[in-house]
Amino acid sequence: MTQREIQHLYWRAGFGILPKQLQQLAQKSRVEIVDDLFDNSTRVTPLKIEASEFEHIDFQSLKQDKEALKKFTKLLQDKLIDFNEAWIDRLNKPKELLRERMTLFWANHFVCRENNTLFAQQYNNTLREHALGNFRSFTKAVSKETAMIKYLNLKQNRKQSPNENFARELMELFTLGKGNYTEQDIKESARAFTGYNHDFYGAYKFRRFQHDYDEKTFFNRTGDFSGDDIIDIILLEKQCARFICEKVYRYFVNTNINKHQIEEMVEMFYPKYDIEDLMRFVFMSDWFYEEPNIGTKIKSPIDLIVGLHKDVPMQFSDQKHLLALQKMLGQVLLRPPNVAGWKGGTQWIDSNTILLRLRLPSLLLNSAHISTKQKGEFNDRLDSFIKRKKEKHLPYKVEHDWKHFEAEYKSVSNKDLQDYMLVAKPSAEIQSFLNELGKTSKQEYCIQLMSLPEYQMC
Amino acid sequence: MKRREFIKQTSLASSIVFVPSFVNAFDSVLHQSLGHKRLVIIQLDGGNDGLNTIVPFRNDIYYKNRPSLAIKSNDLIKATDDIGFHSSLKPLKRLFDNGYVSILNNVGYPDPNRSHFRSMDIWQTASHSNQSLTSGWIGRYLDAYGKAPYDAIEVDESLSLAMKGETLSAIATNNAQRLFKTSQEPYFKSIIKHSSDSHLNEHNLGYLYKTLIAAESSAKHIYETSKTFSSKQQYPNTQFAKQLKTTAEFINSGLQTKVYYTSLNGFDTHANQINTQSRLLSQYAEGVESFVNDLKQNGTFKDTLILTFSEFGRRVKQNAANGTDHGTANNVFIIGENLKNQGFYNNLASLEDLDSNGDLKFEIDFRTIYATLLNKWLNVDDEKILNHTFQQLNFV
Repeated sequence: MTQREIQHLYWRAGFGILPKQLQQLAQKSRVEIVDDLFDNSTRVTPLKIEASEFEHIDFQSLKQDKEALKKFTKLLQDKLIDFNEAWIDRLNKPKELLRERMTLFWANHFVCRENNTLFAQQYNNTLREHALGNFRSFTKAVSKETAMIKYLNLKQNRKQSPNENFARELMELFTLGKGNYTEQDIKESARAFTGYNHDFYGAYKFRRFQHDYDEKTFFNRTGDFSGDDIIDIILLEKQCARFICEKVYRYFVNTNINKHQIEEMVEMFYPKYDIEDLMRFVFMSDWFYEEPNIGTKIKSPIDLIVGLHKDVPMQFSDQKHLLALQKMLGQVLLRPPNVAGWKGGTQWIDSNTILLRLRLPSLLLNSAHISTKQKGEFNDRLDSFIKRKKEKHLPYKVEHDWKHFEAEYKSVSNKDLQDYMLVAKPSAEIQSFLNELGKTSKQEYCIQLMSLPEYQMC
Repeated sequence: MKRREFIKQTSLASSIVFVPSFVNAFDSVLHQSLGHKRLVIIQLDGGNDGLNTIVPFRNDIYYKNRPSLAIKSNDLIKATDDIGFHSSLKPLKRLFDNGYVSILNNVGYPDPNRSHFRSMDIWQTASHSNQSLTSGWIGRYLDAYGKAPYDAIEVDESLSLAMKGETLSAIATNNAQRLFKTSQEPYFKSIIKHSSDSHLNEHNLGYLYKTLIAAESSAKHIYETSKTFSSKQQYPNTQFAKQLKTTAEFINSGLQTKVYYTSLNGFDTHANQINTQSRLLSQYAEGVESFVNDLKQNGTFKDTLILTFSEFGRRVKQNAANGTDHGTANNVFIIGENLKNQGFYNNLASLEDLDSNGDLKFEIDFRTIYATLLNKWLNVDDEKILNHTFQQLNFV
C-alpha cells in the first residue's frame, strides 16, 4: 500500500497515523493492513468511569427520602462531564482503534441523550459492543436500552395510550429513511413496542400488562408482533440495508454518494447485516482509495481535537476547558443537537468555527503564535519573544508534550513534513506560499501546517 | 463562483467604509427607501414562568394552585381590570403604556415537549414536535435571502442552531474588536491572499476557504462599522444589558444586519422561584427599556422589532419546593413602535381547561408568529423558510 493510501485508511478507520507506524505498515499489502485493523478490534474494552459512590445504592430507601434522591440524581448528572472526558481520552488512546471509530459513528446513528451518567455509560458500551457486530441484534439491543427507552418515550408507550416517538425514529432515522413507510406503519409498530421499560438500576424490564398483545398489521403482514418481530420485518426490506450503506458511505468514504458503489455494498450487507463484513468490503475495495475520496472530508471537531492530540499529546489543566472547546466547535460528545444527530460536513463550518479551527493548533500548542517569517528574515528570537508575551494572556492552561512529536517525527525532514500532516493536497498557490515561508524549527513549521484549511480535511 | 467575484461580493460591504461619504449617504438613503427592517430576538433560557409574569389576579384557580407562589393583586402592576404585570416589569409596563408592546398569550405548539433541550430545539428550528431539523429558522432565512454572515449576528461567542443555515450561517460576536483581531491574524491573511480558483471550486475544502474569506470580511465590516459609534445611553450593569448595548451599537452605527440574537438564562425555577424570577425579570425589563431608549434617541427604533420568547412556560400547579416544573404554552412579547395590535393580542390562557399533565393548552402556534415576522416585517416568503403555510397574525 502507498503511504497516502495508508494515511487515508487510518484517518477514516481511526484518527490519523504517526510516521513510525506509517513506515512500518508501508511494507505490507492492503489485505494485511486491513486484517490488522479488524484483528486489533476483536476485543471489546468497555469504557467506565470511577463511580464507586453509586454502588450499593438501595432504591427502596432512596425512594423514601426525596432530598437524598434529588441529590443523587444531580450527582449522577454531574458525572457526565467525567464520562465525556473519559471518552475523548479513550479516543486519544484507543485499545481497539476501529471499534472506537465505529462506536463514534454509531453514536451519531442511534442518537441518544441521557443525563444519568450510569445509563449513558451503559448505552455507550452497548454501542461499543455491537459496533462491528450484527445490525439486527444491534437494533434490538438499542431498543431495549434504558437510555433509549427514556429518550424516545418508550416508557410512556402503553397499550392504553401508545407513544409513537420511538417507532417513528426507528424507521425514519435508524433503519429505512423518510418516505419508506406509512403513518399507519408507525401506529401499528408503536403498539408492538408497548411495555418496554427499565428499572432503577438501568436493567431492561418488560411490563407485560402494558403490552398490546393484539394483532398488528405492519408492512402487509398481520400477527401479534413483538418489538423484535417489527425489527425483523423492517430488516427484510432491502431499503434498510441501503439506508445503512449510504450512511456508512457518507461518513467513511464521501459525502457524495456513488450509486453503483452503494449497490455493491448493499449486496454484501443484505440479508446478513454483518457490520464487520460490510466495513471490510469498503476498506478492501479499490474505489475507497480513489483520489476524489482522499483528504476530502471535513474533520469533525472531535476528529480535529483527537488528531491534534495524536501529534502533540496535550492535557487541559481544567477539564471544563475541553468541554467549552467542544461547545465552541459545535460538537459536545454525549450532547447531540437532536435525534437526527450532527449533520457533519460543511455543517460544522461557520464564520466562528472556521476562525477557531484555524487558530486552534497555535492556541493549544504554541501559545497562540503562528510564525509568518518569510525567507531571508533572520529574526529567530522574535518568534520566541512573541510567544512568551502571548502566553501571559492565554485564558487556559494546556500541558503539551512536544518531545513526543520530536521523537515521532525524528526521521521526517521539514520538507517532507507536510506529506505526513496533510492528507488534502494544497493548491499550487498555497504550495508556493509554504515554500516561501522562512526556515523555522520543525515545531513552528508543524504549527504553520496545522493552521492551514487543508489540515481541517481528512 | 469564481474567486474574484466571490471576494468582490463579500468584501463589497466592507469597502463601503473607504468610499467618499456622499456615496455612503446615498447608500443609506437607498436602504431607507427599501425600508430596512430588523429583528432583535431575546431568548429567555430555562422556561420562564409566564403565569407569574403576566398574572390573572382575579382568577381563583391561579391562587388555589399556587399557595405560596401566587402574587397578590396588591403586589402587581395592574394593566387591566384582571391582568397585572410582575412588579419587576415596571420598565416594560412603561413601554406597554406607550403602546410599544404587544403581548401574545398562550403561545406553543401541538404535542408539546417538556424537555428544555428538545423544546428549545423545536423553537429554534421551527420544526413540528415529531420532526428533527438540522438548520435553524433564521439560518434558512439566510440561506434564501442572505448575502453575508453579518446579515444576522448572535451577540454571543458561538452560534445557536437557530442561526445556522444549510449554506449560510450567521456570525457570532459579543466583542467586535476581538473577533476582528482574530480574523486579522497575519498568517490567515496570507492564506486568503494565496487562495485560488481551484480551491474555491472544490466541494469541501473550497467551502472552508470561502467561509474563511467571508468570516474575515464580515469581522472587518462589523468592527469598522460599529467602532464609529459608541452608545451614550445608560444601561444596567448586567451581562444581558451588555449584550443589548452591543446590539444597539451595531444597529446605531449603521450596520445593515437584519437579525440580532441575544439571550438571558436562568429561568429554570424548580425551587425558590420568587427571588430568582424577580431578579431575572428586572434584568430583562431594565435592559430592554434602556435598549429601546437608545434606539429611539438614534431614530432606529421605528425599524426595529423585538421578539421575546422562552422554550416553554411552567406548570400551573406549583411544586413542593416553592418552584414550578416544566410546562407548555407561554406568553411572547413583541416590542416595536408601530404595532398594529398594542396591548394584549389575545386573552390569557384558560386555567380551567388544562391538559392531562395540568398544563396550558396552547392557542397560538409560535410558527404563526415567525411566519408573520418573516412575511410582514422582513418582507420575505415565509413558506420558503418554514416549509409550511402558517396563518398570518396581525401584530405588525
